[in-house]
Amino acid sequence: MSTATATHHQDDHHAEHPTGIMRWLTTTNHKDIGTMYLTFSLIMFLLGGLLILAVRAELFQPGMQVMQPEFFNQLIGVHALIMIFAALMPAATGFANWMLPLQLGAPDMALPRLNNWGFWLLPPAAILLLAPFVLALLGIGDGAVATGWTFYAPLSVQGGIGTDFAIFSVHLLGISSVMGSINVLVTIFNMRAPGMTLMKMPIFAWGWMITAFLLIATIPVLAGGVTMLLTDRHFGTHFFDAAGGGDPILFQHLFWFFGHPEVYIVLLPVWGLIPHILTTFSRKPTYGYKAQVYSFWAIGILSVVVWAHHFFTVGLPTPALLYFMYSTMSISLPLAVLFFCWIATMWRGSMTFETPMLFTVGWIILFGIGGLTGLVLADVAADAQYHHSYFVVAHFHYTLFAGGIMGIMAGVYYWLPKMTGHMYNEKLGKLHFWLTTIAFNVTFIPQFFLGLAGMPRRIPDYALQFSEFNMISTVGAFVLGLSQLIFVYNVIRTVRGGEKATDKVWESSVGLEWTLPSPPPYHSFSEQPVIK
Amino acid sequence: MDAQQRAAANRRLVWKLMGLVALAIAFAFALVPLYNVFCDLTGLNGKTESLPVEVQSTMKVDESRWVNVEFTSSVMPGLAWNFYPKESSMRVRPGEIMLALFEAKNMTNETVVGRAVPSVSPSQATFYFKKIECFCFQEQALKTGEVKEMPLRFYVSPDLPKDIGTITLSYAFYHVASATN
Ligand code: HEM
Ligand SMILES: [Cu+2]
Repeated sequence: MSTATATHHQDDHHAEHPTGIMRWLTTTNHKDIGTMYLTFSLIMFLLGGLLILAVRAELFQPGMQVMQPEFFNQLIGVHALIMIFAALMPAATGFANWMLPLQLGAPDMALPRLNNWGFWLLPPAAILLLAPFVLALLGIGDGAVATGWTFYAPLSVQGGIGTDFAIFSVHLLGISSVMGSINVLVTIFNMRAPGMTLMKMPIFAWGWMITAFLLIATIPVLAGGVTMLLTDRHFGTHFFDAAGGGDPILFQHLFWFFGHPEVYIVLLPVWGLIPHILTTFSRKPTYGYKAQVYSFWAIGILSVVVWAHHFFTVGLPTPALLYFMYSTMSISLPLAVLFFCWIATMWRGSMTFETPMLFTVGWIILFGIGGLTGLVLADVAADAQYHHSYFVVAHFHYTLFAGGIMGIMAGVYYWLPKMTGHMYNEKLGKLHFWLTTIAFNVTFIPQFFLGLAGMPRRIPDYALQFSEFNMISTVGAFVLGLSQLIFVYNVIRTVRGGEKATDKVWESSVGLEWTLPSPPPYHSFSEQPVIK
Repeated sequence: MDAQQRAAANRRLVWKLMGLVALAIAFAFALVPLYNVFCDLTGLNGKTESLPVEVQSTMKVDESRWVNVEFTSSVMPGLAWNFYPKESSMRVRPGEIMLALFEAKNMTNETVVGRAVPSVSPSQATFYFKKIECFCFQEQALKTGEVKEMPLRFYVSPDLPKDIGTITLSYAFYHVASATN
């Protein structure tokens, strides 16, 4: 077993590493753990997708065909929780594990044991979330959490055991994220190669640093909120119960104090990796490194003071409405700086469009749509109409699916040759990109119109005039889901073999990770590189 | 830096970060009282005071304007009562002491205890709606089939901002306990 301070004396004992399942259970190696995070994330992504395809099947036509409304509600909430906590966040953590030590010139993450723990909390959390479905089949309880991912009281105070399972699952997920964040911060602050000042750090590390701070500041508030829910449910407290002097709106404050920063928590690592891809395939240095770092900070700080834009309609007083409207809109200023820098990096570059770059350019456009529609929602007067409609659903899929998942996929194609030592299949990669992008838009553009026309979200049935757009959206969703199998196939193929990747992989990649062989040795930098 | 020094530095930083985590947890639970204090100070959640106010002898009735006071009622799930205001609205002069009557009937064959929770909107009016006597100050017990008239004595403070012409007071009755007779 390696110890908390992995140093070179272990290099000569490779044969002693446990093999098979024990290797994965006990590993403290940052690359093994990164691989586990990424694999877990991919499995959960497919599972979360499967759940929502069932929902789209129900919404293919008006009326109830496929399932009971209660089950529909459960699918929606579990889909969201899985996608956010078990697909998107672990993918980002997987990259942090794989890439931060390589990019910073460190032998491993700072706290390898904690790292192992952080990962192994995730599978039990996922099981807790999903177990109520199985228990319901056995006649125990009435299924999974049915409140949506937001757990709003008083609904969540009344639900069945699924809600309790979900609360415990959120506790585990939260502990795992906080452990991961502490590890990332200690690694970034203490493990950089000599000479690498903070302002010389790869921008991916900056994105992750702010994500980690946000997680530490907000996850405990979520954990506190759901704990209060638990005591309201079982121990007679009245945090959210008006009859006992509590207030259900308090829950919304607690939830969104976490919930809004959460959207930047999942995005900042992506904003960190995108500039690396842009410089590589534009063959130009990153434009505005400092401006990007300052924008990250500005967005990170602003993100904790805008939360109430998620419940403008509960009857907030006018001064609060104005404050939350203007503060929310002000986030788009640093975000615009980032967009400017991304585009300026490509400007007059000699660009080529390998799969990672295709995903990145598509990402800029689609995430841009997500941001602009967010501005519409931030307008108090407009939000009264759009709140809780399909417009919101379309908005946050442009930010979370396009802005989150597609950005992660760009990163997978970019770093996969480094991680596996093999090139992926470029044709399949491009096919995956085009199918994903087209199907994504076919799925979600109609939802903007459905929302504008007044179709509410989280309802299993709808009025007849919404039929055509729902049909189109469902067809898009199934194509989108199936296209991801190309991705899975391509990744597995690349792990197994294929054309050998060079150390540099790409013609003009820059950064320490490209100085190591592909795949990198078990212990990354036994000799720390020195940055001048 | 050798390995030992680094391990020590890492440990120090971990403790600092754990401190941040502890602060965030404390903050989450502090939000509950903070939220209540904030709402009490600002009246933003429309919760009126839960104790009777004393009438000041110096208070003058403002004859120059009318305020429309509307009453709404709802019975929350789990409480099988009928509950409604006898008059759905009143025109009042600010400073004038008024009596509004509500009626509740227990539809079950148990003795049931309930509690009414008031809420005022717009929330800016919360502080100017003064209750001298209210059935919502205590829990109310109704025997099987019992009908009870519930009085609310109130006035609207003459300091009410001029731009508020209508105040809505809503009561939600909640179940507290039941006992079979
Ligand atoms: C300038 C950027 C953005 C603005 C101004 C903005 C604004 C808003 C507003 C006002 C809402 C509430 C709408 C309603 O419920 O009526 C909302 C919902 C949402 N936004 Fe954004 N947003 C922005 C970017 C993002 C990003 C980057 C993400 C994710 C990565 C995101 C994810 C979400 C989610 C998940 C919801 C729905 C939450 C729910 O009710 O379940 N948003 N956004
Ligand atoms: Cu938000």
